[in-house]
Amino acid sequence: MIAVYWQTAMAWLTQLEPHFAPLQVAIPLIAAPICVLIRQRRIAWFFTLVVTWVTFAIAVALLVQVRSSGDISYAIGGWEPPWGIEYKVDLLSALVLVIVAGIAAAVMPFARVSVEREVPNPRIYLFYTMYLLSLAGLLGITITGDAFNLFVFLEISSLSSYVLISLGRDTRALTAAFRYLILGTLGATFYVIGVGMLYMMTGTLNIADLATRLPALQNLRVVEAALAFLLVGVGLKLALFPLHTWLPNAYAFAPTVATIFIAATATKVSVYVMIRLLYTLFGGTDFFATTGVDEALVGLGMVGMIAAALIAIFQRNVKRLLAYSSVSQIGYMVLGLALGNVAGLTAAILHIVYHALMKAALFMAVGCATTQARVVQIEDLAGLGRQMPVTMASMVVGILSLIGVPLTVGFVSKWYLLQAAFVAGDWAIALVIVASGLIAAVYGWRVIEAAYFTDAPEGRAEVAEAPLSMLVPLWLLTGLCVLLALNAEWTMTLAEEAARALMNGAAAGVVP
Amino acid sequence: MSYAVFSSFNYWMVIVLMMTGFFIVIAQGNMVKKVFGLNIFQVSVFLFYISMSPIEGGTPPILDERFELYSNPLPHVLILTAIVVGVAGMALGLALVVRIKAAYGTIEEDEIERLEEEMP
Repeated sequence: MIAVYWQTAMAWLTQLEPHFAPLQVAIPLIAAPICVLIRQRRIAWFFTLVVTWVTFAIAVALLVQVRSSGDISYAIGGWEPPWGIEYKVDLLSALVLVIVAGIAAAVMPFARVSVEREVPNPRIYLFYTMYLLSLAGLLGITITGDAFNLFVFLEISSLSSYVLISLGRDTRALTAAFRYLILGTLGATFYVIGVGMLYMMTGTLNIADLATRLPALQNLRVVEAALAFLLVGVGLKLALFPLHTWLPNAYAFAPTVATIFIAATATKVSVYVMIRLLYTLFGGTDFFATTGVDEALVGLGMVGMIAAALIAIFQRNVKRLLAYSSVSQIGYMVLGLALGNVAGLTAAILHIVYHALMKAALFMAVGCATTQARVVQIEDLAGLGRQMPVTMASMVVGILSLIGVPLTVGFVSKWYLLQAAFVAGDWAIALVIVASGLIAAVYGWRVIEAAYFTDAPEGRAEVAEAPLSMLVPLWLLTGLCVLLALNAEWTMTLAEEAARALMNGAAAGVVP
Repeated sequence: MSYAVFSSFNYWMVIVLMMTGFFIVIAQGNMVKKVFGLNIFQVSVFLFYISMSPIEGGTPPILDERFELYSNPLPHVLILTAIVVGVAGMALGLALVVRIKAAYGTIEEDEIERLEEEMP
């Protein structure tokens, strides 16, 4: 009996397999309105859990497919590209899909307790609806091969993340969401202006098709202006210093689960879009050599790495401290992708994956502490090293990884970044990278000092360790932070292959 | 010479509207005005897309054997999507302003900043 069911299920799966690319986006997108109809908070949670796990399974299947049989191109509705919308999965997008869907799936078991604690009960099903929409948007940005479709998904993910942020308990969550809405919409509109200019000059919206047409037009002022609009738009979205002002408050006052998800995925997907713009869309042109885009990005990346880390030292709110640390870490990625060599691009791709893991783990640890002991400021962590040993141990691993200590993933990507700096022949860049790590040690130490070397305030009730449903996802991600450093080859070969494919595509003037 | 200006009249208007909206977003402290400035900014981009679609001597894109040259219908379709996105964003922005007014008692940016500085 069971064997029959199994066979039918397998037959279904093989039938569905060629359609995994659109299903990757369609499943969470369709699940979101269903979640509104469910209303009951526990069922909504379980439904979202199942949907995110299925989405993650599809992402892994896509990665396996790409590894075994090359890039996937899917024509939506049977309209051949470049006329119709094309979904395109190559190694880089498959990797980003896995990390986005993986974080979304890992956060869900954690979410039940944390969301019930932080979001007003009648609104919980709406929280999960927005969570699914945001996930669908981020996956859509990653998978689509159409420049305008990318904008639509960008807005889906952004609008839903404004709502996620505004659901925080603190009233400042509202103003943070509003400021993010203003700047985010400006950024997205800048992106559309850029796409419009490119469409005007080429008559196509398909990224691969654009890439083959742009080299012939690269001397036109319109195309240069388009690049500027696109870069500023995406720069706003990825919180490139000094366009980062929306980020710290948004991360600090959003519900913890929203912070974990947005911090680990949204900015990373924007970095992915920037890589796509520079290496695929404009890959065939010689903008890198002629317009000074690379120098500007290297400069902003380095300033961000130092300045944001310095600001982080003076924060009192734990989540704000980690938020500024995110701005600083985004500087690493932008620096890596702007250096223009394989090692730098590999470092950027690796850091997308690794930073997603460690920031998710760190915000989860803060979430555990907030749930158990109402931690908001750094002083509130006092004495928790002894009372919540499991949570705080993972916090220590996360911070060591932010600093880039050997045996953590932060070290691996930083090592590549240093190599890239040496290949580029610039010692100053290497110095800045090391300095930024040292500053990270200073703000990281403030957290560790409060947790381990300060006595618990008198009169606080005994704090218990967080429930298992929160600790398991926390240690899953923390464990990956160490495991992927010990077995670095796996992610390294993937990232390096993806970087080489991008570089070769760019050098040949056509998309791989 | 003045003819050249008028031939791209739409684009001049796009630039004027775009800068007007952008200026309102940056310079205004009132949150409702900010949202509307953002809307003007977006509408200018819609106009930009629509302006690029007509072709000299082209007819509306209706299939008929009497016509051979059609204007491009795709920008209209794109902008229909963008309008929907813009409306959603504006609605969300205004909804947030309502909640902010309830929580802070004001929608002036500088007053809210002063109130927030006093929070821990």
